[in-house]
Amino acid sequence: MNVITLTPLDLILAGSLVVLLAILSIMMQLGVARRLLIAALRTTVQLMLIGLVLNTLFANVQLVWVSLLAMVMLLVAGREVMARQHRRFGGLWGYGLGTLSMFVSAFATTIFALLVIVGTDPWYAPQYAIPLLGMMLGNTMNGVSLALDRLTTSAWQQRGVIEARLTLGQEWRVAIGDITRESVRVGMIPIINAMAAAGIVSLPGMMTGQILSGTPPLEAVKYQILIMFMIAAGTGFATIAASWIGARRLFDERCRLRLDRLIQGKNQ
Amino acid sequence: MVWSQGQSLGILPRKPQLSTLAVHELAVLALQPVNFAVHAAECVCLTGPSGAGKSMLLRAIADLIPHSGDARLDELDCSQMKPSQWRKQVGYLPAESHWWSERVGDHFVAADPDEFRQLGFEPQVLDWQVSRLSTGEKQRLALLRLLANQPHALLLDEPTASLDAANVGNAEALIHGYRQQHQAPVIWVSHDIAQIRRVADRVLRLDAGVVQEVTP
Repeated sequence: MNVITLTPLDLILAGSLVVLLAILSIMMQLGVARRLLIAALRTTVQLMLIGLVLNTLFANVQLVWVSLLAMVMLLVAGREVMARQHRRFGGLWGYGLGTLSMFVSAFATTIFALLVIVGTDPWYAPQYAIPLLGMMLGNTMNGVSLALDRLTTSAWQQRGVIEARLTLGQEWRVAIGDITRESVRVGMIPIINAMAAAGIVSLPGMMTGQILSGTPPLEAVKYQILIMFMIAAGTGFATIAASWIGARRLFDERCRLRLDRLIQGKNQ
Repeated sequence: MVWSQGQSLGILPRKPQLSTLAVHELAVLALQPVNFAVHAAECVCLTGPSGAGKSMLLRAIADLIPHSGDARLDELDCSQMKPSQWRKQVGYLPAESHWWSERVGDHFVAADPDEFRQLGFEPQVLDWQVSRLSTGEKQRLALLRLLANQPHALLLDEPTASLDAANVGNAEALIHGYRQQHQAPVIWVSHDIAQIRRVADRVLRLDAGVVQEVTP
C-alpha cells in the first residue's frame, strides 16, 4: 500500500487554516474563536494520545488491555449520553441506563462482527476491535441520547395525558406507548438517513480514510457497508432497550407515573 | 368459589353490586391519615379551601401517587389488586381532561347512546376531532368516557366546573342515575354550596390536612 506519510509541517499548514478561521471570527465578533481553538487543540491532543495508545496496544496484543480500553470508551460514552439530556433519571439510573444499553448492544454487535464476519485472529485483534467498537459506540451514543432525551421530555410534557390513560385503566406500556415508539424512531432516524444518503450525498469518513491510505475503493466500500449495517443494528437495539427500560423506570411497581425520578440537567 | 348463573354468558347486563369504598389510614405528604367509608349508592361531597389537597386525596385513592395506608372496595384492597384493574373499578375523573388521539371515538371503550343524549350529544360526536371541542364539551365527554368503563365507584374532581347551568343539571342527573343503577359509591369534589346541597348525602371537609364530616 502506498501511504504518503504526513509530516508535522503538513499538519501545521492545515492547522493554520483553523487559525485563519479563528481570526476571521474574531473580526466578525462571532464569539466562537475561543471555543474553536480549544476544540482544535483538544482534537490534536486527544487523537495523538489515542494514536499512542493504539500503537502500544498493537505492539502488545492482550485481551486485558483491549478490554480496558473498550471499558474506558464505554464509560466516556455513557457520561456523554447523560450530559446530553435535558431531564435525566436521578441516581445511578441517570448514568446506568444509557451505559447499559450501549454496553449490551454495541459490544454484542462488535463481538459478533469480529467472531463471525471478519474472523480476526485473535478475535480481539485491536486493529479491528477498537475502531469497530469506536464507531459502534459513537453512533449508539447518538441514538440513545436522542431517544432518552425525547422520552423524558415528552413524558414530562404529556404527563396529563399519560395519567389520564392510567386513570382509565391502561397498562403503563400502553399509556406511554406512543411516546416510547416516538423516542425509538427519533433515535434511529440519523442512521437511517446516513444509510440512505451514503455514497450519493456523503462519502462516509471511514471509507474515505481507508481510500486515502491506499485501500482499493471496492474493499473500502465493503467494509463501509459492514459498518453501516452494524451501526444500524447496534443503534437500533440500544435505542429500543434504552427507551423501553427508561419508560418502565418512569413508572413504579404500582404503575404510577413517577416524574420525580427525573432531575433537571445542569447544562441546559 | 361461588358460581353464579349466567356468569360466563356475557350477554346479561352486569348485575348491580353492593360496593363500599373505604379509605383506611390513607396519608400523602401534608395530609393526616384519613379514614372514611362511602357506601353503595352514597354520594359524599368533598369540600375545603383550594390547595387543601382534595385532588391529591382523590389521586391517592385512585393510586396515582405514592401514599401510605390503603383504600379498599368491598373486600378488595387496592394494594392487592393490579393497578390497572383498580383504576378501572375506581373511576377517577380529573378536573382537567386529557386526550391523546385525534378522534373522540378512539378514547371510548364503549358508547351508550342514551348517556350521550343525556349530556346533549348525538352518537356522531364520536367522529369529531378532539381539537374542535370546547372546554365544556371536553368535560362532558370525559365524564362519558369514564362511565363507559363501568367503574364500581366514582371519584369526581369538580365534574361540572366548566358547564353551563343546563348541562350542570344534565350531568348531575346522569351521575345520579349511574350511582343508583350501579349502586356505586361516589366521592364528589365541589366548591358550589348549592350543588353540594343538591347531590350530597354527606359532606366531608378537608382543611389543614384533616378531614372532618360537616353538615351540608
